[in-house]
Formats: sequence, structure tokens, C-alpha cells
Amino acid sequence: MVNSSDPQVATTPVAAAEGRLTTADGKPLAWSLARSQARAKRRAFLLVLPLLAFILITFVVPIGQMLQRSFYNAGFPANMPEISQWFADHPRGADPDDAAWTALANDLQASAEARTIGVVGTRINYDVPGTRSLFTSTGRKVRRGIEPPYREALLEMDEDWGDPRIWSAMREASKPVTGNFYLAAVDRTRADDGSIEQVEPRQRIYVMLFMRTFWLSLLITGLTFLLGFPVAHLLATLPMRKSNLLMILVLLPFWTSLLVRTTSWMVLLQQQGVVNDILVWLGVIGGSQRLQMIYNQTGTIIAMTHILLPFMILPLYSVMRTINPSYVRAARSLGATSWTAFRRIYFPQTLPGLGAGALLVFILAVGYYITPALVGGSSGQLISNMIAMHMTDTLNWSMAAALAALLLASVLILYWLYDRLVGVDNLKLG
Amino acid sequence: MRTALILSTMLVGFGLAATAQEVNVVSWGGAYERSQVEAYNKPFTEKTGIKVNMIAADNPATPLKAQVEANNVTGDVFDIEVSDAIRLCDEGALVEIDPADLPPAPDGTPAIEDFIDSALQDCAVANIFWGTVIAYDTTKFEGEAPSMAADFFDLEKFPGKRGLPKTPKRTLYLALIADGVPADEIYDRLGSEEGVNQAFDKLDTIKDSVVWWEAGAQPVQLLADGEVTMATGYNGRFFDAMVGEGKPFEIIWDGQYMDLDMFAIPKGSPNPEAAMEYLKFATSTEQLAEQAKYIAYGPARKSSAGLVGLYQDGETEMGPHMPTNPEYLETAVMDDPEFWADHDAELTERFNSWLAGS
Amino acid sequence: MALPTYASPLERVWHYTYLVICGLIFFFLIAPIIVIIPLSFNAEPYFTFTEKMRSFDPDGYSLRWYNNLLTFGMTSADGPRDGRWWADAWANAKWVQAAKNSIIIGFFSTLLATVLGTLAALGLSRPEMPFRRPIMAILISPMIVPLIITATGMFFFYSNPCELLGLFGLPSNCGRLAGTYLGVILAHATLGIPFVIITVTATLVGFDQSLNRAAASLGANPRTTFFRITMPLILPGVISGALFAFVTSFDEVVAVLFIAGPEQQTIPRQMWNGIREQISPAILAVATLLVLFSIALLTTVELLRRRSERIRGLTPQ
Repeated sequence: MVNSSDPQVATTPVAAAEGRLTTADGKPLAWSLARSQARAKRRAFLLVLPLLAFILITFVVPIGQMLQRSFYNAGFPANMPEISQWFADHPRGADPDDAAWTALANDLQASAEARTIGVVGTRINYDVPGTRSLFTSTGRKVRRGIEPPYREALLEMDEDWGDPRIWSAMREASKPVTGNFYLAAVDRTRADDGSIEQVEPRQRIYVMLFMRTFWLSLLITGLTFLLGFPVAHLLATLPMRKSNLLMILVLLPFWTSLLVRTTSWMVLLQQQGVVNDILVWLGVIGGSQRLQMIYNQTGTIIAMTHILLPFMILPLYSVMRTINPSYVRAARSLGATSWTAFRRIYFPQTLPGLGAGALLVFILAVGYYITPALVGGSSGQLISNMIAMHMTDTLNWSMAAALAALLLASVLILYWLYDRLVGVDNLKLG
Repeated sequence: MRTALILSTMLVGFGLAATAQEVNVVSWGGAYERSQVEAYNKPFTEKTGIKVNMIAADNPATPLKAQVEANNVTGDVFDIEVSDAIRLCDEGALVEIDPADLPPAPDGTPAIEDFIDSALQDCAVANIFWGTVIAYDTTKFEGEAPSMAADFFDLEKFPGKRGLPKTPKRTLYLALIADGVPADEIYDRLGSEEGVNQAFDKLDTIKDSVVWWEAGAQPVQLLADGEVTMATGYNGRFFDAMVGEGKPFEIIWDGQYMDLDMFAIPKGSPNPEAAMEYLKFATSTEQLAEQAKYIAYGPARKSSAGLVGLYQDGETEMGPHMPTNPEYLETAVMDDPEFWADHDAELTERFNSWLAGS
Repeated sequence: MALPTYASPLERVWHYTYLVICGLIFFFLIAPIIVIIPLSFNAEPYFTFTEKMRSFDPDGYSLRWYNNLLTFGMTSADGPRDGRWWADAWANAKWVQAAKNSIIIGFFSTLLATVLGTLAALGLSRPEMPFRRPIMAILISPMIVPLIITATGMFFFYSNPCELLGLFGLPSNCGRLAGTYLGVILAHATLGIPFVIITVTATLVGFDQSLNRAAASLGANPRTTFFRITMPLILPGVISGALFAFVTSFDEVVAVLFIAGPEQQTIPRQMWNGIREQISPAILAVATLLVLFSIALLTTVELLRRRSERIRGLTPQ
């Protein structure tokens, strides 16, 4: 490619006359090189471009679009335009006047006719739990007819319409762009005066769930390290033929369907399952004291440790393979005990593999969904399960998006760290 | 890549062409789905040539709502509860159904008179009555057997784990009943803050011993596996395990929660005509009675009641297994669709917080 | 791992303890996968070894759960097993449908992921590639981002893929991808791509670029060079990448839960239903078949890896 010539470009005798290096066709070498390098760059990039475009369209854009819902929710202003306008015209703290009550009544009536009152009520319910029914039941009554004065008429239908919290929540909801879902995702809410406060103790769950997710992921990472290190060490020090054979025992679980492995654990760990049977048979426990090892945190921890263990072993193994055994021998010959030699000489050399494995396991554990959903019961649920619940059950998509954004942010920080420390191009599979 | 795209586009085209005469029915899975396949789907396909795809959901109302809101409706007919039918109709998610379009009873009684009260809603038509009941494993309790709702909460007298559904609707009422609240005062109590607190306090007493289930087939499985000793679940599923498979279960009819299941069609469904045809066919007198041959749920048409006789084995009387048996109705809590249409979201939220907090 | 001759008695004891510990960990890794195989032949609907199974009584074993896989969902399962019966099973049995869907979706998503991924890997491993690391990080990210986040994003996007075009004044509604084969194929291709990239770039690390130049200097055009020189050398990597992509699709359930319609029920989706509803040993029969399938795949990948190392001269033997 370097000596490809371009007949349309005239030769440059000037350059040759000045004694600079030129290519065979007389062009300055530096220029020609730069040109061919630029072309090589372009070619390399063109090879990557289709995939990059594909990933951007089918992956990056969809996630971005989804995350937009975490701060954008037009459910209220779209269906309650008049009262939203009133809020826009009047500053916080203004008492609702006749115009406000009229706007509210008109909006409620229109929304009830258009069968969108449920959407409106649901939106306010996110901020003030227990108020969805205020909207739906008032909507049903308003549909039968409402006469001015609207303030009295609405208060007659439900005295909660006089509650300043409702008005404060409606004001918040009237702006489509809001940070309230992020507040809710960290168990905070806006007080009537607009300041931020913690929600009632019995409604605080997300911070606890994030903590649980990180704590369990840490625990699982620790467990995979404890179990993975000796195995990786054994594999790395055995002769190639034996270690290749044993490697199959690590790779087979890695290649086996996640659902199959989860099912196996359900079969093994349930009360009438294999493990309990063996324990009873061995006389470790009585027939009536079978252990509850599944549908709780224990089940999640055991199954996830098993599933993620290969992700720890493989990077550890590939680093340990490269460690020269003569260092440890040298340490021993200089008088170190085997423990000291291990601690001071061998272990530090495994750190790159350990870092890679631990980060990978932790990143994957933090986002796990299937296994906790199937074996976690209620105490083994992670933040992913909460996102799924808001997606499919409560349909609070903005909340799901806000939780997803927080989870994604933490995963991306770890991923960035991984890239800095290990490099994504060093990721190996099997 | 181009070949791949062309091929997959062809594939999609092929897929669409093949689905021209199909209807997708989303129902509750398990034994209930099997009864619907036998009683509705097979005769329907035979009669019309339209293929029926059954899709199982824990509660079909949730995928319905999600599909309509995302403007991505894949199901044609959904089997949902009354409260959800009312709520979703309120939110404009369902197609309205004119009762005049429904087939009359064999004696010519128009559908609107043949269906029992509240079985016809603006957007949905009921097919069956069903109860949520307590069942226990008879091999697990020597001596006195549990007999009332309160026994479910008595871990000392009746040790073992409990199976409960992961929804406020079918747990809070049970806690109140067990706490001595009469069946007809349940909704007044649940409408107040104190009543809800009372229910959660009662649930707290067994929280550590509860295995939560989500799909209707799970409580039966939990009982059969010995994972729990007592569970609440849908009466037809327990019936199927007891009579159909000979499992040693017994049902406690005290404090059953009775509800109606309805067929509804979402707006924007892929096969609206086939969906309507299926709905009309499935809610006809004969088909409703036919279903009672496979599962112990009561038909929603008066004219079907006379046709209900024996279970498919040809010897079991269905009457004593039906939730509509007058004897069981004395302590039954009837579903209040309006209450749940208004309060489901709030109570679910509180229930989930309660559940997640350990 | 042999013990050095200078090992002390204490070290010997530790050494053997260590081997036992490793044995136990290997047991922990493999036992859960193996144990379901005999259980899938259980004659009783239980998940534990019955008395008869433990005494190896043939009555304790049966193929009923495998039979169940075939008949579940058939319109008339009881008839004689003639041509009509098999046609019924082929057209209506739920697990057969699921297998067909899994294979169709797996095949096309693998094809897409492999072609795009291999091209990109070729570009990425050229020394001239600009912005190599950030681009690589983006391309690998579908493997790192929690699946639930990916799936929810896809759920909205695939419901109306052209929504964003509205911002540019273009038509903002062009049908949907959710609930279509194409949608699931695209989603699975996205999830499989990181695996193709990783394996193919790993093969290209040892690839000597001067081979390409040699071919070019001998008069081969880029096309010939690619098919005659590059391709044969990286083929093992491409195939194992493709297998990884296929397994990813074959095992994927979260995206299917969110974006597939009733026609695209795959094996994992059907298993998910089965596990949550009625975990009969029929699930174990499927699981056993899948384990055998993964053993076959693993063997293929291992053979390919060795072949690749041999032809690239990485392994001494």
C-alpha cells in the first residue's frame, strides 16, 4: 500500500531538487507517508464503523432513551393542561384561587372523559403515596357532572383536595422535567416547602436495596476469590495435559445455560432436595429440621457464587501461568518459609489476575437478575429485581429508569476502573 | 450482513403470513390453562380453524397494561380480574364490549340476563368464579388438623412454612380475617390507615416463615415438595392436585376470597376480529359448563350451572369443590372491584416496601 | 504440581490438605450440573433420589419426562405414533416450538454478530486504528451493562424504533420490532457481539501483519489476501466467537422476556415459565439435553483453540 502510486498527481521536481527524501514517483516521503497513514486509519475505521453504528443504534440509543424517562415525565401536564398553566403563572406559595379551582375541575372532567385520569392519579401517587384513588374516584363523580363554585364542589367530593401536599405534588408534577424520581430512588422526597427530606421509615427501601446489592456482590466476589484462588493455582502449576483435563471442570459450568445451573441449585437446595436428604441421611440434622437454604439470601449467595466462579478462575489462571516458579524457589533457597515465599513473592504477582477477576465478578453480580428472581425469595432480591418490578408490575417506568441510571452509573465507574487497570482488550474467555 | 438481513426479513414476512389465522390468549398458566385449552381452545380451533396460542402470565393484567402503555400489544384476549378490568377500562386500555353481541343462553335468554351480576362490565365478560383458599398437607399435622383462617397464623400449633401470594390483595384480607375481623367489614377496615397497619402487624407475626409465590401453580408445587405445610392458592389448582393427581391436601374453606375472572381485549391487539370471536365462543353456556369438567371453578352464566356435573374422571361430583357452594359462601370475602381499582397501586407499594424491609 | 524434595512434613500435610480442598471445589463446580442428569430419569415427579433409584431398580427410572417434552402442547398426544402424530408434535408441541425458535434466532443473530464483529475486530487490531480503546470499550459494553437495563432500554426502543426520527422532522412511526423475530435477532446479536470481538481480537494478537504485506507484494489484491491468508489463520477464533455468540443467544432470557412476542418463545423462556410454575422433572430433562449440548460445544471450542494455537505456533508441541 505504501508504494501505490497515483498517476493523477503530478510529480514534484522541486522537492527532489531540494534534496529531500522522495518516493519513486518523486513525492516527498513524509507527505506520502502521512497520506498513506491517514488512508490506513480511514480503512481501519471503516471496518469498525458498521458495528459501531449497529451498537450505537441498537444499544446505546435505547438505553439513553430509557434513561430520559428518569427525569422526564409528561403524564400530568399532558392530561391536565389548564392547572399546569396556572402553576406556571403563579409562584410557589400562592394559594389556589378561583381560577385554579376552575382549571382543576375542567382538567379533571376532560381527563375523566378521555379516560386518562388513572394516568394522572398514578403520577401524583408517586409523590404522595395513597392519592391515586383521590383522582380516580373524583373523576368518576365529576363525569356525572360538576357545578360551580368548584372549590366547594370538589371539597364536597373529597376533602383531601384541600390538602396542601396534594397541591404541592401537583405543582411538582406539572413540570415535565423533574429530579423527583432520583430523590425517590435514594428514599428522599420534597417537603411542602420544596426542601428535601427523607421519606417515612417504613417507605425507605431503595438505599437499603442498593446497600444489600453491593454488600452481597462483595461477599460473592470474596467467596469466588476464596474458592477460585486455590483451583487456579493448582491448574497453573500442574503439567499442561493434566491441567487441560481439569480445566474442563471449570469450563463446563461456564458453558452451561444459566437457567440450567439455577434449576440445579433449586433441586439441590430445596427442603426435600438432595442436600437436605444427604444431611438427614448422615444424621447431621433430624428429619424435621431440614434447612431452609433456598428462597432466601443463602440461595442467592450459593447459586451466584457457583455461577460466577469461572469468571474469577479464568483470569487468575492466565496470570498465574506466566509466573516464573524460580522466584519462589529462589526465595525458599534464601531462607524464606513457604508461607513467607507465598505471601511476599507469589501472591503479589497474582494481583493483576485477581484484580481483573474480582472486578469482573463484582460488575456482573451487581446487575444480576435471573438468579435472585428465581431463588432469592424476598430477602435475596437485588436492585435489578426492583427495576424489573417497576418495569412490569407497578409500571412506574420513570422510577425504573432512575434506579437503572444509578445502577448503570456505578457499573460504568467500575468498568472504567477495569479498563484503566486491566484494559478491556485483555478480557479473555475460556 | 445484507444476506442476514434479507433472510431475517424473509423470515419475519413468513412468520407474519403464518399468523394470519391465530389468536393469542394470555392466561394464568398451569392447571387453569389446561382446562381452558380443553374447554375453549380445542373446540374453538375445530369450529373456526383459528389457532389459539396460550401465553402464561402470573397475572395477565400486568403485561396487558405494559403492552398498551408501550404501544406494543402482542396479546389478543386477556384473562383478568374484575378490579383490573374496571381499572384498565377507566384508563382506556380496553375495547368496549356490547353485551348484545354475546350469544344468548340455549333457551334464548339474552346474555345480559343470563350472566350473574357484575359479570358483564363495560370492557370485559366474566367466565368463572374462583376462590383463594387455604390448603394444607394432611401428612404434616398429626392430631388436630387446621380448620380456620386463624390457624394459618398459628405457627406453634401448626408448625412449618407458609405459602402466600406476593400481592396485597390476597394477603391483607386473610390477616384481618385471622385477626377476627368479620368478612363483611374487611373493606371498611382496609380503607383506613389503622386497618392496614393491623393487617401488616398480623402478617409480621409469620413473615419469617413465609415463602412468597407469584404464579398460580407455585403454591401447589410448594406444598407437594414439602417446602411449606400450608399455603393459600386458587381453589381449582388445589382441586387439580387433590383429585387429579391424588395429592394428600385438604382445603380450608373458611375465609375464602372469591373473585371473578373476565376476558378482555386490549386496544390495538393484533387480531381483533379473531379475539372477539374467541371471547364470544368461550363465554357461551356450553363452553363455560365444559370448563367445570376440568377445574373446580364456577361458571358465570346462570344457564351453565345446570350443565355442571361430574369431573372428567366421570365419578367426582364437582358441586362440593366449587367455590360457589352456598356452604362456603357464609364466611367468604367477596371481591370489591371498586375498592381494589382505587387502592391496588397504593397498597402494592406499601406491601413491597414491607416485603423488602427485613 | 510435585512437592519439592526439601518439603518439611508439615508442608506435606498441607500439600495434601490443599489437594483435598481443590477436589472439593471442583466437586462444587461440577456436581450441580451432573446431579440433574440421573434425576431427569426419575420415574416419580420428585427432585430427589427415590428408594428405587438408590437401589438401581429399573422401575425407579423412566423416560416419561423426555416423552413429556414431546407431547406437552400437542393437540392429541394419545394416539398411535404415526406420521400424523409426529406432524402434530412438530407443529404444536411447545418445547419443539421453543427449540425451533431458539435455533432460528440463534442462527441469524450469530451470523449478524459474527460478520459485524469479525470486520470490526480486523479493524481494531490494526495498529493504525484511531480511538482504539474508547471504541473497544463501547463495543464490549453490552456484556458489562446489566441485562435488565439493556432489556428495558430495548423494550421501549423496539416498541417504536423510529421515535427519535421525529426530532428530525421525519416520520416517527414505522411499525415495531418488539414481538418480531427480527427484533429478537437484533437484540441477541447486540448481546453476542462482545464475545466475537474478544475472541477474534485475541486470535489477531498473534497475527503477523507482515504476512498480509508479503501477500500484497506478491501481487495478491486485498480480497485474495483476506480470503487466502487472513481468514484461514483467524478462522478458529471466528468460529469460537460465533459459538460464544450462539450460546449467548441460546441461553438468553431477559431480553426475550421483555421484547419477544408469543411467537418467539425460546427454550430459556419456556424453562423460565416451567421453573416458576411447575418445576416438574421435565425441566430437568431439558436441562440434561442442554448440558449435553454444552459439552459438545465446549469440546468444539477446545479443539478449535488448540488448532489455532498450533497453526499460529503458540504452543510448543
